[in-house]
Amino acid sequence: MTWLQSRWGGLVLLAASIAVLPLFLANNYHYDVAIQIAINATVVVGLNLLIGYAGQISLGHAGFFGLGAYGSAILTAVYGWPPLLALLAGVLAVAALAFLIARPILRLKGHYLAMATLGFGIIISIVITNEAELTGGPDGMVVPPFTLLGWSVTGAQTWYWLFGILLLLAVWLSLNLIDSPVGRALRAVHGSEVAAQVAGIDTTGYKVLIFVVSAVFAALAGSLAAHYTEYLTPDKAGFFHSIEFVVMVVVGGMASTYGAVIGAVIITLLPQLLTGFDEWEMVVFGAILMGTMIFLPRGLVPTLQGLLRRGTR
Amino acid sequence: MFAEFLQFLFSGITIGATYALVALGFTLIYNASHVINFAQGEFIMIGGMSTVFLLKAGLPLPVAIPLAVAGTVLVGLALEKFAVEPARNAQVVTIIIITIGASILLRGLAQVIWDKQIHALPPFSGDSPIAVGGATILPQSLWVLGVSGLIVAALAWFFNRTLLGKAILATAYNPGAAQLVGVNTRFVLLLSFGLSAGLGAIAGILIAPITTTNYEIGIMLGLKGFVAAVLGGLGSGVGAVVGGLLLGVAEAMTAGYLSSEYKDAMPFVLILLVLFFLPNGLFGARGTERV
Amino acid sequence: MSDILRVEHLSKSFGGVHAVQDLNFRIKKGSIHSVIGPNGAGKTTLFNLITGVYTPTSGAIYLDGEDITGQPPYRLARKGMSRTFQNLQICMNMTALENVMVGRHLHLERSFLKALLRWPSITRGDRKCREQAAQLMEFAGIGRYIDADASSMPYGALKRLEIARALAAEPRLLLLDEPAAGLNPKETAEIDELIQKVAESGVTVVLVEHDMKLVMHISSHILVLDYGKKLAEGTPAEIRANPDVIAAYLGAA
Repeated sequence: MTWLQSRWGGLVLLAASIAVLPLFLANNYHYDVAIQIAINATVVVGLNLLIGYAGQISLGHAGFFGLGAYGSAILTAVYGWPPLLALLAGVLAVAALAFLIARPILRLKGHYLAMATLGFGIIISIVITNEAELTGGPDGMVVPPFTLLGWSVTGAQTWYWLFGILLLLAVWLSLNLIDSPVGRALRAVHGSEVAAQVAGIDTTGYKVLIFVVSAVFAALAGSLAAHYTEYLTPDKAGFFHSIEFVVMVVVGGMASTYGAVIGAVIITLLPQLLTGFDEWEMVVFGAILMGTMIFLPRGLVPTLQGLLRRGTR
Repeated sequence: MFAEFLQFLFSGITIGATYALVALGFTLIYNASHVINFAQGEFIMIGGMSTVFLLKAGLPLPVAIPLAVAGTVLVGLALEKFAVEPARNAQVVTIIIITIGASILLRGLAQVIWDKQIHALPPFSGDSPIAVGGATILPQSLWVLGVSGLIVAALAWFFNRTLLGKAILATAYNPGAAQLVGVNTRFVLLLSFGLSAGLGAIAGILIAPITTTNYEIGIMLGLKGFVAAVLGGLGSGVGAVVGGLLLGVAEAMTAGYLSSEYKDAMPFVLILLVLFFLPNGLFGARGTERV
Repeated sequence: MSDILRVEHLSKSFGGVHAVQDLNFRIKKGSIHSVIGPNGAGKTTLFNLITGVYTPTSGAIYLDGEDITGQPPYRLARKGMSRTFQNLQICMNMTALENVMVGRHLHLERSFLKALLRWPSITRGDRKCREQAAQLMEFAGIGRYIDADASSMPYGALKRLEIARALAAEPRLLLLDEPAAGLNPKETAEIDELIQKVAESGVTVVLVEHDMKLVMHISSHILVLDYGKKLAEGTPAEIRANPDVIAAYLGAA
C-alpha cells in the first residue's frame, strides 16, 4: 500500500491542502466559498457514515443542521447565552432528539426510511418557518458573532482556520471509526443485516448510534455556520438543503470519507462555475445527479480508486 | 357550524382527489418496478404548465389538454427509458437519487423553457360557486371529482378485466415468472410510466384552475401524493384512492380548525405516524422476509 | 445435563401455514446432528426459530438449560450460538478477511469512544483479530483468498467463508443451513472433512441437509421432519431402515 493510500497519507494531504489554499484565495468572497466547502464537508463526512457505511438513508439531515444553527442563534440572540454554551446545549439537544426518533425510524428500510426522514426534515423546517416570534420566520434572523472568553471570532481568515481544523477533526474521527470493530459492524449491517445479527451485533443499536453521530456532525457544523454567516434563514433546514447533502455523499463516493469531502467540494463549487447561467443551474444539477448515479453508482472516488487498482495490476 | 364543516370537506375531497390521482401514479410505477418515482409530482406540473402555454400559443382548451397530456406521457416514457432502465439493478439509495435528480432536471427545464411565474388556467365551465347545504362548491371541483372518479373506475376495469392489465399486475408480483409466461416486462414498465405520467398530467390540468400552477408545484404535490400512497398501503390501488381522499380531508380540517400555517406539516406528521404504527398502510400486504 | 439444545412443543405458523408443529427433540453436546426432510418440511424455519430470526407461535427452546425462546439473534450469539445461511449472507461490500473479522465481533474491544479516538487497545485488538481471522480461513481451507474481496470469490469458497465467520465467534453450538447446497461431490467431501474437524474441536454441530451421503456419513444422530412435524429420529442406520422415512421421501409403495 503506497504512503498516499495509507491512513496518514490522506490526512496529511488534506491538512496540507487546507494550509496551502489561502495562498490562492484572493478575497473574502473566495474565503467564503472555501468556508462553505468546509462546512458542507463536515456535515457530509458524518452523513456518509450513515448512508455510505451503514447503508441507511436520510433525506432530512438539513433538519439537524438547521436545528443546530437555530438553537445557537436563538439561545444567543434571544436569551443572551454565551455562544459556546449555546453551541453545546444545541448540539446536545439535537443528539437527544436524534436518539429519540432513531429507533422507530430506523426500523424502516429503503423507500420508507427515505420518506420518514424526509417527513421529519420537512416538519422541522415548517416549524422553524412558522414560529416567527423565536426564529424570525421566513425572513430569517440575525445571529450574534461567536465569542470565546471575550475574544470574538470574526473575519473570513479566522473562520477559515476554525472550519479547516473542524473538518480535519471530523475526517480523523470518521477514519478511526471505520477502521475499528464498530466500523466493521456498521459495514456488516449494510452488507447483510441478518449475518451481522447472528455474529452478535445489535444492529438496531448500531444504526441508532451512527444516526446520532451523523446528526451531531450536522448540528455542530450548523451551529458554527450560523455564527459565521451572522444571519439565518429557514431554508437552511429545508428539503433542498437535505438533498444537497445527500448529493454530495453519493457523487463524491459512498463509503469513502475522502469521497464525501470531494463531493462537498464539487457540489459547493458548482453554482460558482455556473454563474451567468443561473437558469440552467437546476438543469445541470439534476443532470449531474442522474448521470453520476447511472454511470458511477459508487461515486467518484471509489470508482477512481477501482480504476487505479485495475490499472496497476 | 355545519356549513363550515361542509366547506372544509368539499375543499378537502377536491384536493384529495388530486392526491388520489398522484398516489395512483406512484402505485402504478411501484407495482411495476418497486421504484418510488420521486419525479411523479413533476408530471402534474408539466401537465398544467404545458396546457397554460399551449393556450397562450392560441390553441383552444379541448386541443391543448390532450396535447399536454400526450407530451407529459412522452416525458414519462423518456424518464423510464433513460433514467430508470439503465439503473434497474442498482441499490435502493441509487434509484431514489436518480428519480430525485430527474425531478430537479425537469423542474430546471420547466424554468428555462417556460418561466418562474404563477399561472392560472381558466375553469372548464365557469367559476360561479354552486351552493350545497350552506356551503359552496366550485364547478371546477365537480370536474376534478367527476373525472377522477371516471379514471379510477376505468383503471379498475383495466386491471381486473383486461389481459394487459392483469399482465401488469403479474409483473408486479413476480417479474421473473411473468417473463416466463410471455409477458414483455420491459414494455409493461414503459407502459406503467406512461400511464402514470398521464394520470399526473390530468390531475395537474384539473386542479390548475383552482390552485394555479407554476414550475415548483410538483414538489409538494408529489410528496403529498406519495404520503397518500403509503397511507393507503403502497401497491394498493384502492389504498391510493382512499389515502388520497383521507389526506385531502385531513389537511383541509387542519387548515380550517387548527392552524392554516401548519396544514402543510399535517401530511408529514401523518406519514410518520403511519410508518411508525401501520407500516403497511391501511390496505397494504404484510410480508415476511425469507432468510 | 449433556443436552446443549432442547426444543419443547415448538410451533410456528405464518397465517394459515403451519411451518412447524409441536416439535420436541434434544441435541447432545459434542455430536453432529442432522435435520432432514423433504422440501417445505420446515427445516430452515426450525433453524430460524432456534437462532432467534423468527419468534415461535408457541413452545420453548432451551440452550444448555437456559430458556432462550424469543430472544433476538444478537443475544443468542453472546450465549455461544452461531449459524450459516441457506441463501448465503456474505457482506459483499467487505473483503473476505473482514467478513471473518465481523464474526469475532463479540470478542473485541467494542467501545465507541475508544474507536473514535483510535485507542491503542483497539488497534492492537484489530491486529490480533486479523491474524486470527487469517488462521480461521486457513482452517476452513480458503487460505488462498485471504487478500481477496468477498465479491470476487467463487460460490464454494463463500460457503466456507461463512463457516469461518461462524467459527470466529468461538461458538458452543454451530448451526449449518445446507452447507453442501450447490457443491459438486469433491467440494462436498471437503465440507464433510471441515465439519468433522469443527466437531472434533469441541463444537456441537447441527446441520440441515439434503445431501444424504453427507448426512449418513457424518451424523451421530438424525431428526427427520415432514410437514413441520417430527417424523422420526435416531442413528443413521435406524433412519435408513425406517419405513415412514422411506415413504415420505420416495412415496408409499
